[in-house]
Amino acid sequence: MIELWRGLEPRARGLIAMLLVALAAAPLAVDRYLISVLTLVLYFAYVGQAWNLMMGYAGQLSLGHALYVGLGAYVAALLWVHFGIGPWLGVFAAVLLAMVFGAVVGWLGFRFGVEGVYFALLTIAAAEFTRIAFDNIGFTGGSGGLFLPYQQERLGEWWNLRGGQLLFYYVALALAAAGVVVAAKLSRSRLGYQWLAVREDEIAARSLGINAFRAKMTAVLVSSGMTAVGGVFYAFYYNNLFPAQVFDIERSIELILGPIVGGLGTVFGPVVGAFILTPLGEGLIALTSRLGIDAPGAKAVFYGLTLIAIICARPNGVWPWLARVLGLKERSP
Amino acid sequence: MTALLTIDRVSKRFRGLLAVDAVSFTVAAGDILAVIGPNGAGKTTLFNTIAGVLAPDEGTIQFAGERIDGLSPDAICRRGIGRTFQIVRPFPALSVEDNVVIGALLRHRDVASARRHALAVLERLDLIDERTKPAAALTLPDRKRLEVARALATDPKVLLLDEVMAGLRPTETDRIVAILAGLNRDSGLTIVLIEHVMRAVMALARRVLVLHHGAAIAVGAPAAIVREPAVIQSYLGEEALA
Repeated sequence: MIELWRGLEPRARGLIAMLLVALAAAPLAVDRYLISVLTLVLYFAYVGQAWNLMMGYAGQLSLGHALYVGLGAYVAALLWVHFGIGPWLGVFAAVLLAMVFGAVVGWLGFRFGVEGVYFALLTIAAAEFTRIAFDNIGFTGGSGGLFLPYQQERLGEWWNLRGGQLLFYYVALALAAAGVVVAAKLSRSRLGYQWLAVREDEIAARSLGINAFRAKMTAVLVSSGMTAVGGVFYAFYYNNLFPAQVFDIERSIELILGPIVGGLGTVFGPVVGAFILTPLGEGLIALTSRLGIDAPGAKAVFYGLTLIAIICARPNGVWPWLARVLGLKERSP
Repeated sequence: MTALLTIDRVSKRFRGLLAVDAVSFTVAAGDILAVIGPNGAGKTTLFNTIAGVLAPDEGTIQFAGERIDGLSPDAICRRGIGRTFQIVRPFPALSVEDNVVIGALLRHRDVASARRHALAVLERLDLIDERTKPAAALTLPDRKRLEVARALATDPKVLLLDEVMAGLRPTETDRIVAILAGLNRDSGLTIVLIEHVMRAVMALARRVLVLHHGAAIAVGAPAAIVREPAVIQSYLGEEALA
């Protein structure tokens, strides 16, 4: 990590330090609502980062990442509700199960040469199957949902993720920061280069001695495991889980928009994307209600139009452009 | 000299077409062998069976005393056979340097040392000034050399070159020939090249193998090969005699 920090230009170090201090101090300056928005921003920055490792670096398109969020959420919540096992322990089980599912999806895809959009279809199918299964398993609450009980007396147990908005804000900040570090580390590692090679041209990568199957598998495992940690956060933040909600394809899409808008295959793309999209969504809700537009879907229309405008203006993502404006060098994807 | 690479009665069939027909030859360590022949003679198919892209239907391939036929391309590269592609396959969005770093990472597990090795290879291939450019921005001659650099960065014992001179001007051909001859001289690199450019074949190869309709019709020193009537008839053409 120190090596990573030393490798940055002074200007980049300054900007990162300023951003971190600003985010750490934000609760002193802004109100509870904005903190909840920022919590969401940081959450999406983190899960977007996890998805970006698989798509942006290794080039494997997953449109079913809600699967890993949902599994992580359910495993940790079930362990807590049924067995009283806290999330700090439950997170390991959550990561493990998500990685098992990731391994199955990856193996099916990569072993049988299911590539590109067809692989993406496989990831959607896996999430949908799991949603339907969870709808029908009594132990998990079925379609009626799973609820984490509100226990006044446990509110101070921060290690069990029982606490107020501030706790979740700082946990989300830690997750997002850790996600950036992990992505930066991996992208500069031997494995990261193997991912890029496989993304760019798998046949050429194999001719250079890279075991493409193994490279893609590790990408799925790392990504699914990381995403599951986000799921644990999700479960304890919202305290209720419904299969139709957490495993829905809409959740998967929402999760990948940040890195796409921010810049695929860049370390800060998912962060920048989250900082654009989540406030945009929230802002549009406020705006449409202020303007008295209560037509259903009005927010979605404006949101969609804005997305189109951003993608048209910055087809490689906002971050590569922003980095140039800030005078930073981010390696091209 | 003992054989580093032994191809023994290798055949490859695509449905009705016998692309490679019981071809046998050996390559000694430090040798430079050119494989020539008309289009469709089975040269690239032969290469692909050696590089592991295709498994031969019959016959065996031995490399450094080990059977390698049927192994995957990455496993074969790890054993020490590097290859280039006839239609170049750079990693387009990555810089020239990173392209070669990826090759170097095979033997250098640490990125910093892989980068040092990659820079040395780029220097050798005259690509050092292009290292920060994305590979997609290179000209064809530079891309051909990048292809060689990337394969070379894996520190192969044998380098398989599939028409790296095709489409180059004579001066560029001479440049690559000089680089390859230098590598062979300095580090004993064994080279097997498919080539149509006879100028390069005559300058570089110690031995030439001629394929026609999938079969090896002649093998020998370049000067002798170009006088073989069968070779002239099938490939070089009568005017080559003049």
